[in-house]
Amino acid sequence: MLSFIAQRVLKGVIVLLAIVVLNFVLIRLAPGDPAVVMAGEAGASDQVFVKQLREKFGLDKPLPEQLFIYVKGIVTLDLGFSFRQQAPVSKLILERLPATLLLTLTAFAISLTLGILFGTCAARFAGTWLDTAVTIFALIFYAMPLFWVALMGILLFSVTVDWLPSFGYETVGGNYTGFARVIDVAKHLIMPAMTLGLFFMATYTRMTRASMLEVKRLDFVKTARAKGLSDAVIQRRHVLRNALLPVVTLAGVHSGTLIGGAVITETVFAWPGIGRLMYDALLQRDYNLLLGVFVICSAMVLIFNLITDLVYRLVDPRIEFAS
Amino acid sequence: MTALAVVSIRNLKIALPKGAERPFAVDGVSLDLKPGKIVCVVGESGSGKSMCAHALMGLLPDTVSVTSGEIQFEGRDLLKLDDDAWRDLRGRRLAMIFQEPMTALNPLMRIGDQMTEMFEAHGLLTPKERRAKALALAREVGLPDPERIVRAYPHQLSGGQRQRAMIAMALALEPAVLVADEPTTALDVTTQAQILKLIRNLQRNRNMAVMFITHDFGVVADIADQVVVLRHGKVVEEGPAAVVFNEPQHDYTKALLAAVPSMDPPARSPLDDQARAVEVIGLDKTYVTSGGWFREDRRVEAARAVNFTILKGETLGLVGESGSGKSSVARLVMRLVEADRGTVRIGETDLTSLSGKALRAERHRIQMIFQDPFASLNPRRKIGHIIADGPIAAGTAPKVAFDRARDLLKMVGLDAGALERYPHEFSGGQRQRIGIARALALEPEIIVADEAVSALDVSVQAQVLRLLEDLKARLGLSMLFITHDLRVAAQICDRIAVMQRGAIVELKPTAQLFAAPEHAYTRELLAAVPGRKERVPAA
Repeated sequence: MLSFIAQRVLKGVIVLLAIVVLNFVLIRLAPGDPAVVMAGEAGASDQVFVKQLREKFGLDKPLPEQLFIYVKGIVTLDLGFSFRQQAPVSKLILERLPATLLLTLTAFAISLTLGILFGTCAARFAGTWLDTAVTIFALIFYAMPLFWVALMGILLFSVTVDWLPSFGYETVGGNYTGFARVIDVAKHLIMPAMTLGLFFMATYTRMTRASMLEVKRLDFVKTARAKGLSDAVIQRRHVLRNALLPVVTLAGVHSGTLIGGAVITETVFAWPGIGRLMYDALLQRDYNLLLGVFVICSAMVLIFNLITDLVYRLVDPRIEFAS
Repeated sequence: MTALAVVSIRNLKIALPKGAERPFAVDGVSLDLKPGKIVCVVGESGSGKSMCAHALMGLLPDTVSVTSGEIQFEGRDLLKLDDDAWRDLRGRRLAMIFQEPMTALNPLMRIGDQMTEMFEAHGLLTPKERRAKALALAREVGLPDPERIVRAYPHQLSGGQRQRAMIAMALALEPAVLVADEPTTALDVTTQAQILKLIRNLQRNRNMAVMFITHDFGVVADIADQVVVLRHGKVVEEGPAAVVFNEPQHDYTKALLAAVPSMDPPARSPLDDQARAVEVIGLDKTYVTSGGWFREDRRVEAARAVNFTILKGETLGLVGESGSGKSSVARLVMRLVEADRGTVRIGETDLTSLSGKALRAERHRIQMIFQDPFASLNPRRKIGHIIADGPIAAGTAPKVAFDRARDLLKMVGLDAGALERYPHEFSGGQRQRIGIARALALEPEIIVADEAVSALDVSVQAQVLRLLEDLKARLGLSMLFITHDLRVAAQICDRIAVMQRGAIVELKPTAQLFAAPEHAYTRELLAAVPGRKERVPAA
């Protein structure tokens, strides 16, 4: 198992480096020069100042050399310097990462728990009104765009009934500490996390339902019945456990997409995470910061994939660690 | 006949859903199970034999319903039980084993846990006692290294071991009745013989009543005390095994018995003066599963120095157990898989030296008939296309190819109207005929038949074998006939090669092989064929 992890981490690092190179080249291919943009905004667009800026940020060197310097920096965990924010990229990202992780992991937990719960109910009572209700409910959230759900959520829960705050991570100027702060953050978290989680919840509901109905027909379920086991035990131990395998796969694929979804959610709810950071960096042509966010997102996707693989191997003994 | 019946099924009728081919899956079946006796329920697919078994366990699918009759067991009519009463009986008094032990076991649970579930389901024993009991059961059914097996997952066991584990589970609570639904059909012949013996012994020791469902008269001959022959859901004949075998009364029973291929190979004219159609020299193939960076590779030798020739008009049989390399050799000969070493000649052409266009031009000369008539036809293409695609790809004008497809369908005994239909509209036997027509469409010189009749009922099997023989004679074909069933091989092969672990251990004319097998493995295979004694002695 350890060798499996080592092997995967090694492969992950190679993939990550390839992503870095690709992103670097792609961004430089885009028209525009950050030095010109910056000099222009500073109101001093003369050639000397631009040249100074380029030298300062190493933009005057040939592209391969720039790439080499950047990759060397990555290897030593230095993501470069943000010209715009006048701060190291890693510092900027590290400030924002906890908020994003809190949001995505909460959304992930909500979507998986509710999805499996609803899916199980629908499969258990397949063909009844409950099944129909759950299926329609799931279909609605599956079909609705994230930003729209977010806006409707704000309209309903913040504007109309005023139960939940409409933006931010915590109450500005609230200065809560301890448990009160936890409650405050949780209140701010509910809507973004639900918005982000509902779409994925809908897919897990549908997947769990379909998968359970399929597993139900398999021979070993008949064996379990022939043993005289109660229906509840059969559903839980034999049907659900087997039915969850494809859901785990899907969740693994989604864990990466969740971060992408976070960009929209964080923007709508003004959530101070790296989704927002990326959005801002994109508008401001802050290349180093953008690259840094990409690298971190890629690393997170790779880490989530590794975790998925480990979980998968844990729940399915047929998959051996060496393959 | 004196013992009282433990189960009495009386006039059982099970209705099929509307629109099925007949109204009743089981139509007025009556039979008795007695302690210490094995009743074999025999019939072809669709005869309703499995439905009877499932009705006895209360495990009928929701789509069918019992419309009348009764199943008496320990003073109660099982058909009137509620869910709780059924649950109490299942596993404890009535147990069942299934056809495919791989799918009948939960792949995510350890064997031992699946065994102890039996006690748990009925609230018996403490967890510790359950584990001890599971070990004892594993030992009783002859599982090697029981401590390891109870901790293993189903995929880590062989087919025979899995079926033993299933049997151990079924016997855990010492049920009065064991229902076995084709429990050896998915197993190799030598494993089948062992499992049959195991069931026989356990049933005698425990004085159980056994309902044994099978389509194989060889198995019936080996194990049955009583035989019930089912056809279209009705009992056509029943009686003590010896009587049914020696003096079958009903025409259907007689036809079924006649269709069972016998172990006596028919006389065949020698072919020595014929030219060589296929020559295989020193074929080697090792499959290597890469173990990754930190682990050793897994190597499976699928073919080791395989040599044989097939003469024009000859059928060479390739027999052996699953995993012996039969199918690998077939694929190597057809060059669907590349050999590590060795030569395959078709007539005078060295197939192994060709590649690209030159290879494709020769491919039509050797064609394959597959085992599974359901999986080997593209479900979304019409039969006409399935047959004509090959010739059209080879440059034949579509109209000519379709005309030829029509002729071929006639040749294999199907209506020309089949051209416009889809595979799912045909029965298994008909689909296999389509598969044969498809293989013949390219006018091959050699046919490779990979377990081509293994998935068919005996009566259909006999028809398809006759068709193959007939076509071979008419078209002057040679055939490489792969089978695990020595009885089928005896009927159709001129010579037989026995394969074990990738190597041919014995290759002889059929009659000689059956009369005087030399290699120990050949003898073992022959001894394991069910119903070898042909007629059961009166019990």
